[in-house]
Amino acid sequence: MLGYEKLKQLADAALAYSKAEQTEVVLHAVDSSLSRFANNTIHQNVFESNVTVRVRVVMGKRTGVAESNDITPDGIKRAVETARAIAQAQPESQHNAPLPESAPAPRVESFFANTAECSPETRARSIGNLAKQAAANKLFAAGAFRTDAFELAVANSLGTFQFHQGTVADLHTVVMNDAGTASGYASASSPDVRALDANAVAQRAIDKALRSQNPIALAPGEYTVVLEPTAVAMMLQYLAWHTFNALAVQEERSYVRGKKGELVFSPLLSLFDDGSDLEGYPLPFDHEGVPRQRVMLIENGVAREVVYDTFTARRDNVASTGHSLPAPNLQGPVPRNLFIAGGAQTRDELIASVTRGILVTRFWYTRLVAPLHVMMTGLTRDGTFLIENGQVSLPVKNLRFTTSYIDALKNTRGVSRETELVREEMYGMNFRAPTLVVDDFSFTGVTQ
Amino acid sequence: MKDLSARILNMAQMRGASYTDVRTVTRTMQTIAVKNGRVQEVTQNESQGFGVRVIADGAWGFASSSRDDYADVDVVVNRALQIARASALTKTRNINLGPPEANKGTYRSEYKMDPFMISMADKINLLLKADEQMRRVKKNGAHLVTTAEMVFVREDKTFASSEGALLQQEIIESGCEIQALATNDAGEVQTRTYPWGRHQQTRGFEFVLEQHLVENAPRIAEEAILLLSADVCPAYDATTVILSGNQVALQIHESCGHPIELDRVLKQEASFAGTSFLTLDKLNTLQYGSELVNITADATIPGGLGTFGYDDEGVPAQRAQIVKDGRFVGYMTNRELATELNLGRSNGTMRAENWNRTPLIRMTNINLLPGSWKLDDLIADTDDGIYFDTNRSWSIDDKRLNFQFGTELAWEIKGGKKTRLLKNPIYTGVTPNFWRSCDAICGESEWVVWGTPRCGKGQPPQTIRTGHGASPARFRNVKVFSRS
Repeated sequence: MLGYEKLKQLADAALAYSKAEQTEVVLHAVDSSLSRFANNTIHQNVFESNVTVRVRVVMGKRTGVAESNDITPDGIKRAVETARAIAQAQPESQHNAPLPESAPAPRVESFFANTAECSPETRARSIGNLAKQAAANKLFAAGAFRTDAFELAVANSLGTFQFHQGTVADLHTVVMNDAGTASGYASASSPDVRALDANAVAQRAIDKALRSQNPIALAPGEYTVVLEPTAVAMMLQYLAWHTFNALAVQEERSYVRGKKGELVFSPLLSLFDDGSDLEGYPLPFDHEGVPRQRVMLIENGVAREVVYDTFTARRDNVASTGHSLPAPNLQGPVPRNLFIAGGAQTRDELIASVTRGILVTRFWYTRLVAPLHVMMTGLTRDGTFLIENGQVSLPVKNLRFTTSYIDALKNTRGVSRETELVREEMYGMNFRAPTLVVDDFSFTGVTQ
Repeated sequence: MKDLSARILNMAQMRGASYTDVRTVTRTMQTIAVKNGRVQEVTQNESQGFGVRVIADGAWGFASSSRDDYADVDVVVNRALQIARASALTKTRNINLGPPEANKGTYRSEYKMDPFMISMADKINLLLKADEQMRRVKKNGAHLVTTAEMVFVREDKTFASSEGALLQQEIIESGCEIQALATNDAGEVQTRTYPWGRHQQTRGFEFVLEQHLVENAPRIAEEAILLLSADVCPAYDATTVILSGNQVALQIHESCGHPIELDRVLKQEASFAGTSFLTLDKLNTLQYGSELVNITADATIPGGLGTFGYDDEGVPAQRAQIVKDGRFVGYMTNRELATELNLGRSNGTMRAENWNRTPLIRMTNINLLPGSWKLDDLIADTDDGIYFDTNRSWSIDDKRLNFQFGTELAWEIKGGKKTRLLKNPIYTGVTPNFWRSCDAICGESEWVVWGTPRCGKGQPPQTIRTGHGASPARFRNVKVFSRS
């Protein structure tokens, strides 16, 4: 990690060198460690140290962006020059918006030295214990234990300088039998590695794997489902990209377009995005340096706001909510710190309320079929069980669903009090999600 | 780079590594995108660094850094060794790589026009012209969002190992895509892309010119608008389908390419990407497809996106038979697992996304070898069926057995003719049953090595570029339905 002073010095150097009308500098430093295991042994174990500098220059109605991980003085100069050359080679575009001026973002403490300094031996011992418990049950554990430290700094020539440092600790496992016909998944995630209970993760996964043996096949059809937090988080991920994104609204492909103030989901549901909430993975400003606002997306089922970056905000004549991705991007602004507020009942009470239904631990290979209603297809995986008369009973073979996530949130009739923090791997999005009970969830196939 | 590599190899061996390799990589990626007639993105990303992979105490460790000053090299080598020794705390056996691979050589992608030497203005103008051609079509009340994109990559890579390997490679990639997204007031959304999402090869700018983006742009936009009012694809429990070449490529990628990765078979990807239905007992025994089906993993095809000189363990690129006359006969392997299972020499499929990732078994170019049909003849030979064109959604289970794929459009075939455009088509099946139902494959004139530039695998996630040689093919008794 480079620290506030060094990143400020690098940003100042880039800004001083640039002759463009406006310049933005985004610096991202990461020290990432990940121990990966399968068959009860560590088989991949990696460390990465990297620092990138991303320079955006605005020259009239032209913009150029260059990114490099050469942070020597010459490297910084080269990144600025590349961005400028790219801008100069373009025709003028009215698309480009001037850079935003921003007030300082709130300081949020989410850096834990225990996580940043977690040794490979510490991760290996946790994995070893988990593997021993799996082996004692004649099962095989696979998974990954990640401990990261990162810094993000955003500066621009209008005087903005934002800095945040944080840590990530994430452990997940799939425990399965030798034939691979029974499996269970569990995970834990927190900025503070001391908050991860590896034994509890092991026990949850082992319990599900043991109960998954000899699954029965259920006929496709509409079922009441109890979706555990990991499955709910996977739903939120697609809603973030396709529904609560101002660009999707402006391009008429978001379900909430024109529905502000209308009841669109179950009244039991309130969704918000908050980049400063310590119950998630805070990131209190976006990649344009704009402080992230707490944005109420859905309040008791009623559509409220969507998230904005500078470009989409200018189009709608509103202020950016601080949800830009690294510029430029064709995807629009995205809420990456999503929360569903906890409900009144416990998870066990929710399961007890289901006469006949299916408990889903997580989804797999979910893909968008149609964007407006977030029509999705995917499969269940690593712990799918029949619920009968309020009790989890038999394991069932994994099912394929083809259903609208919009409809699923309309048909939600139970929200658990307990929530879990779930971190998405590919884009670093994070979700604090409860367990949900959803009626009429459409399964369209059974796996062999 | 040679000096840096030698220093790292020396340090690691002196400090107790029984094997070390080091990759130094400089990767430049240029992205240019226009949207609705305006330049949306012009970005150049340069990334350089080195990764050190060691075996110490019989276990793997990998550490990497973007900085190569002396102090950092020292730290990274020590970190790799510390990690390997921590891995050893849970080991059940010592890593054995088999016979050494001490290859020395160089490799360079074959290209005619260096894409980084083409002026930015020329690239942007080509995209703006294609975008304009899409926006000029008659809208018929539809709203249109148009995008056009090019991507160029240059990767310079040096690999050295404690076994004596020293390899240098320069890989060039060029890719492009146009897209028309049409919506109507009823809230319907239809998308058409060309060539199929982003098509990409290890070639120069000549690849982009050969795609004729401008000439194809009006058709793509018109089809997106036509789809809004097209009939919904009917449902059939079992019908005949013909897949376009690019949809065959996707079918190969998902239902053959991934399940033949030997690390998946051995459950090494169980927690993330999943396992494979092609378990070891299936090798040389399973009838994977009909006798027409012949599939190779071939990293030597000129221009393929999975083409290179040496993999990231220093093993030369190879052509391996995967399915022969319908029978499953081979996996993609690496040195460690080929040795463990007595499968002979690795067939050279270990690939890392960049300097900061450890290599994994990854697809190279996985190809369905061409048959003898022509698409027009194949359609004429089909009384009743559906022609599926250009992938839109794809989903398959974690063993790669149960799949469901949708395409951007379909055509009904009646009496040997394409009769009406259909929207929202989906087909579903079980991998070996589907491939066994293949009764016709088109020939070399329609065989294209399609590029799939965004194949994800591993933790931390790695996106790798793969290729798939494919031509249109026909399958019988397939379940078809619509998402509407």
